[in-house]
Amino acid sequence: MVESIVSTGLAIGCIYALIGITYNVMFSASRVFSFTAGTLGMLGGVLGSLFIGRLGLPVAVGFLLALAGGVLLGIVTEIVAVRPVLKSLDQHLYVLSTLALALMVQQFTAIEWGTEARPFPRLFDIARGGFDQEFWLPMLACLTVIVGLELLYRHTLIGRAFLAIAEDTYAARALGLPERSLRMASYALAGAIGALAGFAGGEMLLAFFGNGPMLTFYGFVPVALGGMGNNRGAVVAGLLLGLFQQTANFLVGGIFASVAVFTVFIIVLLARPEGLAGAAVQRRV
Amino acid sequence: MTQVRPSRADALGATSTLGVALPFLALLVIGVTLPLFGGGYWGVIATRACVYWVLVSGLNLVVGFAGQIAIGWVALLTLGAYTTSVLAAGNVMPSLSPYLALAIAAVVGAIFGLIVGLPALRLRTFYFAITTLGFATIVTQVALAWQSVTGGGVGVAGPIFPKPFDSQWGFYYFCFGLAAICTWMTANIAASRFGRALTAIRDAEVAAEACGIAKPPLLALVFLFSGAVAAIAGGLFASLQSYITPDAFTLDLSVLFFIAILIGGRSSILGPLLGTILLTVLPEFAAPLVAWSTFLYAVLLLVIVLAMPGGIAELLDFKNRRPLESGRAIVPRPELLDRLLAAPADGGAGALTLEQVALAFGGVHAIDGLDLEIRSGQIHGLIGPNGSGKTTTLNVISGYYAQQSGAVRLNGAALPVLERHRRAHMRIARTFQTPRIVGSASVLQNVMIGGTIDGKCTFVESLLSLPRHRRDEVLLRDTAMLALSAVGLERLAPVRADRLQHSELRFTEIARALMLRPAFLLLDEPAAGLSAEEIGRLGALVVAIARAGTGVLLVEHHADLIFDICHHVTVLNLGKNLAAGTPADIRSHREVVNAYLGG
Repeated sequence: MVESIVSTGLAIGCIYALIGITYNVMFSASRVFSFTAGTLGMLGGVLGSLFIGRLGLPVAVGFLLALAGGVLLGIVTEIVAVRPVLKSLDQHLYVLSTLALALMVQQFTAIEWGTEARPFPRLFDIARGGFDQEFWLPMLACLTVIVGLELLYRHTLIGRAFLAIAEDTYAARALGLPERSLRMASYALAGAIGALAGFAGGEMLLAFFGNGPMLTFYGFVPVALGGMGNNRGAVVAGLLLGLFQQTANFLVGGIFASVAVFTVFIIVLLARPEGLAGAAVQRRV
Repeated sequence: MTQVRPSRADALGATSTLGVALPFLALLVIGVTLPLFGGGYWGVIATRACVYWVLVSGLNLVVGFAGQIAIGWVALLTLGAYTTSVLAAGNVMPSLSPYLALAIAAVVGAIFGLIVGLPALRLRTFYFAITTLGFATIVTQVALAWQSVTGGGVGVAGPIFPKPFDSQWGFYYFCFGLAAICTWMTANIAASRFGRALTAIRDAEVAAEACGIAKPPLLALVFLFSGAVAAIAGGLFASLQSYITPDAFTLDLSVLFFIAILIGGRSSILGPLLGTILLTVLPEFAAPLVAWSTFLYAVLLLVIVLAMPGGIAELLDFKNRRPLESGRAIVPRPELLDRLLAAPADGGAGALTLEQVALAFGGVHAIDGLDLEIRSGQIHGLIGPNGSGKTTTLNVISGYYAQQSGAVRLNGAALPVLERHRRAHMRIARTFQTPRIVGSASVLQNVMIGGTIDGKCTFVESLLSLPRHRRDEVLLRDTAMLALSAVGLERLAPVRADRLQHSELRFTEIARALMLRPAFLLLDEPAAGLSAEEIGRLGALVVAIARAGTGVLLVEHHADLIFDICHHVTVLNLGKNLAAGTPADIRSHREVVNAYLGG
């Protein structure tokens, strides 16, 4: 039983962490949290099920197409919902514009794909067993993304440019960095990560339009607790969240597990609004 | 171009009362006579619009006025619907009368409204939006899983209200009556100091604090009210649906409520009301589009955010599209100040003193051992190069920064550190380097915000427009008109503040500060951006304010103004006193001339 809690908890925690990283990658590039983060996860699952399950494409092709869908939504988010409102960041219009876009994608999915949860195909044709692909796929995806991002940020020029933008947009622009292209690239990357989360967790979460708001919320918890823009914090907090949720699930049952997660989230945030690992920002008068 | 001169009555808002009430009266007549025109399905739609409006009217105070992005308010509708239904059906205890069940639901809703809303006091915008979203997700899950009470996925029957509200039109009138009451109550709040304070928190939080508005208690009241009416709407909704399952409470509904407010426009009652009616009725005209309605709402939301943030209310605001008089001058009438600032309570012989105050940001010593004394009835000038610590000094006095050593004293007693809103209660007022104004409110309303703490009535009294509320409003309005006349802006009283010129905004801020009848007034570069003529008038105004007994701290770069009107001048450089003394002393001070004035 403990084994099942741990494997399920870690697997689902990895999905939350990946959505958290999706938030962070977008945030670093633009200082904007986007409601489309969870939608990307939902889309990854639905597109995977569509391409591989319904259209019968090979797994690799379906995988790449699902990621491409995420990239596309990431870029659309940047162009439609983020860029127009960046000028007036202090009015928080991005909350509404990204919410609108997320709802549009979600409704479109609900109508075209259907409102019931559909199965996600098994990616590898191996027998179902204890530590199944259902569990290790999300973990593998999470590990790949973390290592990949570390390599990108530390060892490539474009990765350093991302960091520069995240650190100080004005200074980066003054240095001649193409801020707009970098922001688009960040959103494309975030789109791919979000879709990967949904794709890797497809068997667990199914291809269901309602996963959007669910992931938007549970994926934000690691960001809030781990500190904005802090990927390592997001991974740790995401795994803890997954374990906590599954344990509570086992101990007190599904609904009250959700209530427990929500309560802990609110209490931690009220006690430390900047997150467990974040630093308070001085307000300017 | 024709020049429009607002009549005096118009400026005082006397004629506009009927104009404001007219659309509401028209809706009232339409609503009451609706059953004459038809029946059947349209009756259901009309009832639904009323039910939604009961919720939206309360949410409007949260979203439209206080600017808190509460996107999961459907959770409170769910809560109210289930509480009413379960209590009336008697699932857990002997069944109650539907009215009592509805009343209990309102109490439960108020409590949960507060719980959902509380994070808004600490959390940033997106965080708050997410917590309301999370709450909405969870309430539905609980409704689905708590089968013994809610019936799970099978659901529970909604309450049936007894005669005469059991027929279709009977129930319609019940809902319509409640909707009308909600409209009236929220309109009362909107026109009260509470409504103005909410918009101030939304658009100019720093200025709201300086006016003594404490955000937590005010928002708590609004969340209580909003939660209660949302839960009542839930009870009505359950009765209208006659049977409820968790499926009925999707996030789509939340989106509808939220968008109705944004389409309607912020700080408006009529706009969101029309928005609610529009969004309820619209899908019925386009039956094939019903499946796409939420998609279309989302598109609408995006279009509104990007293209017309003002919403319907701004479209209907004809008054503010008339061109303003060009070449208008600000002509203060300092003689009115005696009436406005009459007789300071403490006899007017106090002092605001800074003793060896120091504050460093990291390695930068913003102020470093500063001594300063501002005496009642005197003007104290604070000058120095950019970055010398002038505004930081002002921010320490008004509580935005805590000094690391030294003391700030008012008449000998230390000022509480960092408690910004308490400054106003001690009659310390201030203006800002960049004017902080509620752009969508009228100039008069902006000035009235300054007098918020002088209101006597409670939130409930304002809600019900009881006599004390009306007395408060009359008094605040009269005082604000007097303050506007004193600074020379009375002609602009009914104009939207964001249409004013920069210099007019500066004088508006002074008028707002005067509403506190300040013992001490802190002016942060009031002459910046003013013409030479306006600076002269500003000087005369400040002199008159001091003569009425107020101690003034004047932070300025215009040396001429400082030397003309100040009794005492302190020169700062790199956070330290470079010199202090009378204007004559300073003008001949060698170091000051070298470092700052130039010679």
